[in-house]
Amino acid sequence: MTGLILQQAVNALTIGAIYALIALGYTMVYGVLRLINFAHGEMFMLGAYAALIFVIFLFPHGAGLFGALFIFIGAFIAIGLIGVAIERAAYKPLRHSSRLAPMLSSLGISLALQAAVQLVAGPQPIGFATLFPAIHLQFAGANITTVQIGIILCALLLMFALNRFVSSTRLGINVRAVSENMRTAQLLGIDIDKAISLIFFIGPGLGAIAGILYASYYGVMTPTMGVIVGLKAFTAAILGGIGSIPGAMIGGFVLGFLEVFGTAMLPILTDGYLGTEYRDIFAFAALILVLLFKPSGLLGERVSEETMVYKRDF
Amino acid sequence: MSAVSSSATKAPATSTKVVGFALILAAVVLAACVPFMPNYYVRVLDSILIYVLLGMGLNIVIGYAGLLDLGFVAFYAIGAYTYALLASPMFDLHLPFLVIVLIACVLGAIAGILLGIPVLRLRGDYLAIVTLGFGEIIRVLINNADRVTNGPKGIAAIDRINLFGLTISTPKDIFWLLLVTCILVGIVVWRLQNSILGKAWMAIREDQDAARGIGINTTNAKLAAFSISAVIGSIAGVIFAAFQRFVSPESFTFHESVLIVLIIVIGGVGNILGVIAGAFILILLPELLRDYAEYRMLLLGLLMAVLIIVRPHGLVPRSFTPASLFSWLRFR
Repeated sequence: MTGLILQQAVNALTIGAIYALIALGYTMVYGVLRLINFAHGEMFMLGAYAALIFVIFLFPHGAGLFGALFIFIGAFIAIGLIGVAIERAAYKPLRHSSRLAPMLSSLGISLALQAAVQLVAGPQPIGFATLFPAIHLQFAGANITTVQIGIILCALLLMFALNRFVSSTRLGINVRAVSENMRTAQLLGIDIDKAISLIFFIGPGLGAIAGILYASYYGVMTPTMGVIVGLKAFTAAILGGIGSIPGAMIGGFVLGFLEVFGTAMLPILTDGYLGTEYRDIFAFAALILVLLFKPSGLLGERVSEETMVYKRDF
Repeated sequence: MSAVSSSATKAPATSTKVVGFALILAAVVLAACVPFMPNYYVRVLDSILIYVLLGMGLNIVIGYAGLLDLGFVAFYAIGAYTYALLASPMFDLHLPFLVIVLIACVLGAIAGILLGIPVLRLRGDYLAIVTLGFGEIIRVLINNADRVTNGPKGIAAIDRINLFGLTISTPKDIFWLLLVTCILVGIVVWRLQNSILGKAWMAIREDQDAARGIGINTTNAKLAAFSISAVIGSIAGVIFAAFQRFVSPESFTFHESVLIVLIIVIGGVGNILGVIAGAFILILLPELLRDYAEYRMLLLGLLMAVLIIVRPHGLVPRSFTPASLFSWLRFR
């Protein structure tokens, strides 16, 4: 029994870490532009495909440790640049129009990216060999792989780095100032375009890493994998309190635990009548419940009447 | 402030008759052409009309009440599955069409209120995401409740519509049915827009707190918006199921919701003419791009982004009425 629980806990941590990495991108963009960036799920998908391209062209005979590091950094930079380009082309012209417009333009970009990848790589699932050495470890009756440990460590490292970056570097402070109040930040001499570009570089970059980790974990990727995972990561961002970076991390892990344990318990509780196929419902049900009882999320800003008015204008 | 709220005070009351006249004229011209058209074109027209119907329904929530609903497809699915379950060999029930329409309307209204009650407290983005989640939950339920809905395989061999002894089966018959439905729904929506309830919705859209302050029951008005739009959505679903004679969860994905929102936004928020224009553009474009089948989705996605960047207020702004077209022409 403890083995089973430990096993599920590690599974939950693994998938939660991946959700958390993607949720960071959503939460940073939302914190600054108040935009639900639907194209962010596609950054996650592109990350996995970018890694596949690196593996095929640079490391056809296995990557090794430095190769893997190179792939991670390469994918981070490549997808980060794509993110910046998308912001320039599709969101910047809409910065002063209604809130609905950039959201819909992000949906258009998301559709176009999915279609583009389908054209190049085909709609079928593609196998992805893990970048970590896969060794099964037996531990207190649980079967844990080194892939899982690698994913958790990698995600935690990135989150720690991001937190340090945002809380104590000059650029990070600029980003926080812009997300607090764009106009005041501008008056204080902060280049908001630069700060927004930085956000659209880091968020997609982290999403891309999450994509590689996800593909290593499940061993497969498809052009549409960004849709559901992206929505769940967004749910995680709301769970934690959208706009808050620690909130996104916690939200990711909470969602991972909810999903893994919920899915494991459901067949037991309902006597096998409802099975694991209802996995995707947990995220959305949790979302609705959280928004009903604590709309600002676990660590979110308190929603005052003022911010409500600000958030209203569609 | 926002594009949506820029021109709400212009109530287009005097042009009601002009709009009605223009719509009826266009419908008559279209209808006169249909008997001479090949079936393929009629089929395209049919799907355009279904989307006009869906657009008019969703427009009540988004365009009039200003609540962004990204899960509208759930109501469409409820209507389609109601018809599919009650008029197919699945349970061997073959209820008459009008009875099923009635049941679908009731179910749609209940679902609309069920969604409405929990989201009444939410606004803006949060509302958008919760409705999105609602749409996904309905789709996952349909996809997995094999014993009832036959799961991902869908329900086939759905009955043809039998209306007063007339069998409605060819695309042309469906076109007539849809045209009549669209006109009826259009009239209802138009009347609602200019009614007390419609004014209450617009007040809520502009400033909810002020609306409550002047004595509008915002709860009831929002629930009415949700349930009326849900009823229209489920009527569209019933006709869709009868038109395809096959339903599966494939037809009710998130992309479908997005498409309907886009029809409204690209056409023009809060304007029936805009919905019609949007439906024509967004359904015709993919058909015209059929020769470039592989590039279709890519082009559609890019076009969507470009259209929104170029015309963030939609093709037909809310303040646009035929009367303003006439004055614009005279001015030239």
